[in-house]
Amino acid sequence: MSSNSSFPKNEISIIRGKCLVLPGNDIDTDRIIPARFLKCVSFTNLGGQVFADDRSELKGAHPFDQKQNYGASILVVNDNFGCGSSREHAPQALMRWGIRALIGQSFAEIFYSNCLSLGIPCATGSEHLIKDLQKTIEADKSQVWELNLKHENIKSSENTFNLTLETGPLKMLLTGKWDATSQLISQKKNIEKTKKSIPYLSNFDITN
Amino acid sequence: MSKGTLYDKVWDIHRVADLPGGSAQLFIGLHLIHEVTSPQAFAALEEKNLPVICPERTVATVDHIVPTISQKRPFNDPLAEEMLSTLETNCAKHKIKLFGIGSGSQGIVHVIAPELGLTQPGMTIACGDSHTSTHGAFGAIAFGIGTSQVRDVLASQSLAMNKLKVRRIWFDGQLKSGVYAKDLILHVIRSLGVKGGVGYAYEFAGPAIKKLSMEERMTICNMAIEGGARCGYINPDQTTYNYIQGLPHAPNFEDWTKAINWWQTLASDTSAIFDDEVTFDASQIAPTVTWGITPAQGIGINECIPTSESLETNERLLAEEAFSYMDLKPGKLISGIPVDVCFIGSCTNGRLSDLRAAAAVAQGRHVANGIKAFVVPGSERVARAAEKEGIDRIFLEAGFEWREPGCSMCLAMNPDKLIGRQISASSSNRNFKGRQGSAHGRTLLMSPAMVAAAAIEGKVTDVRKMLGSIK
Repeated sequence: MSSNSSFPKNEISIIRGKCLVLPGNDIDTDRIIPARFLKCVSFTNLGGQVFADDRSELKGAHPFDQKQNYGASILVVNDNFGCGSSREHAPQALMRWGIRALIGQSFAEIFYSNCLSLGIPCATGSEHLIKDLQKTIEADKSQVWELNLKHENIKSSENTFNLTLETGPLKMLLTGKWDATSQLISQKKNIEKTKKSIPYLSNFDITN
Repeated sequence: MSKGTLYDKVWDIHRVADLPGGSAQLFIGLHLIHEVTSPQAFAALEEKNLPVICPERTVATVDHIVPTISQKRPFNDPLAEEMLSTLETNCAKHKIKLFGIGSGSQGIVHVIAPELGLTQPGMTIACGDSHTSTHGAFGAIAFGIGTSQVRDVLASQSLAMNKLKVRRIWFDGQLKSGVYAKDLILHVIRSLGVKGGVGYAYEFAGPAIKKLSMEERMTICNMAIEGGARCGYINPDQTTYNYIQGLPHAPNFEDWTKAINWWQTLASDTSAIFDDEVTFDASQIAPTVTWGITPAQGIGINECIPTSESLETNERLLAEEAFSYMDLKPGKLISGIPVDVCFIGSCTNGRLSDLRAAAAVAQGRHVANGIKAFVVPGSERVARAAEKEGIDRIFLEAGFEWREPGCSMCLAMNPDKLIGRQISASSSNRNFKGRQGSAHGRTLLMSPAMVAAAAIEGKVTDVRKMLGSIK
């Protein structure tokens, strides 16, 4: 299954949709997208392959296969989600399945920066709060939630949970500057200047 | 905030600008690319009609998807063939040096860059692979990136980064005989956890580190990421300079003294301030083996697999999941657990000294009945050097297979895979569920010498007994 809604672009401030709870600590990127699916020169087909092995193991009972979770756009996980390999195929697979934001106790570093490069916010909360949020979501899976980046919270018609977003990434998402390429290129002069000042690129004639 | 550390110094030298989002733009001195995480990045460049701005600072090889039995082109797997030919096309088009199969220098990206002298102290190094932390062994700041960031580096030779904190991990004492760098890093991860390093760069230091060879240092920095630290490094010293001297891409003869003079300024100052400091006693570390589904679920060879009750509350759920997946009994000794497959290789432990250590165990012995054991050199250079020493023959006579270089069964993106519920003794870096190519395959991580010992005995064995280090 894949999402019909378009991929993130420009300013990202509100993500509205159903939440999907995926419990467990230390869920690594090999589980999110097993290595055999990395044999591709394009990310296009990854959506259907997300959690392939875990899902086939659970024969339809995996959260990504449960009917009530179809169309969900916010994934709620626990601790150290996305650890392991740097494969961007992991957030790409989640995004192409339909996920547009993640909430969890914590995220692995490279996974987090890969999500940011795609315009997918990763918000965090305490262990207690995340478990509470997960319980509330599970009680009514059809509930529509609104993740508000500016207010750093997620709300349903009945509940509000306060979350945290790292200042830098939050600013990048709110201003639409999460896609770094153009900003980086615009520093062409400074890039050249830095390059000239680096000893190993200048026969070690410069000492900083 | 850290001050005066190697990380701070290298960061400052490479800082291009401060970005509006609050992060810094960091110049990347060396960009390593391979067939798996680069095709989409090149495609994105074309879409935006952007050039590769520093092809001369970009180096490519092919490692993840290459078969290790026959590397004849075209590969049997059309997807693997497509990935390699895409890399070849992209490199030719953008004038990027590619160390391809048969070039004499192809191999796992984290093995070839150091052995070619591309990796040097004080560099920033990025690669679309989490084990890029390996290069930190030279006093470089090296880290894994995703494909969008590969695109950014190709287009701008720089990255938007947030500065990490620095934790110094100090090792007093010395490793005992039969205990290796792999045991040291597995011990660190076991102690600090798989997320202990999130937000940190790890500086490995102290008398035990000082004494290690460059290859051993690479094993340690390679697995910093398994402890959650995106980057791990060791201050450069005479061992580093000796290793680099004379390598194909080492600084020119006339620059050598200037290079050393500069490298010497990079090491963390004696007055450096770290965000955190941890100390271990290297002499207390035993051969270490993982029993679970994360690299932190490891124990000393003479310990028992923990019981749920013996663990912290927050570790129990994952431990239960591991007991069930691994089908290993809590409370049972790790030593003596039967294995099916033994794999020696990977960017963690596929270098010449790793093969020597394993060969020393295999020599004059034979792989146990029913065990599949194979050795995959980390690069063509490693393979040829090992063959020159007769290491291939030692392995072959002992019943191991001797393969061609590649990532092989570390991540099984190639024909080397576990089958069904097979359990492997592996010198690689990850024991995640399904990591070695079977959704039910099981992995026990250990040093190459310990893998060789497991192959000979057919079960997890204390290699020190075979080496005569202990009775």
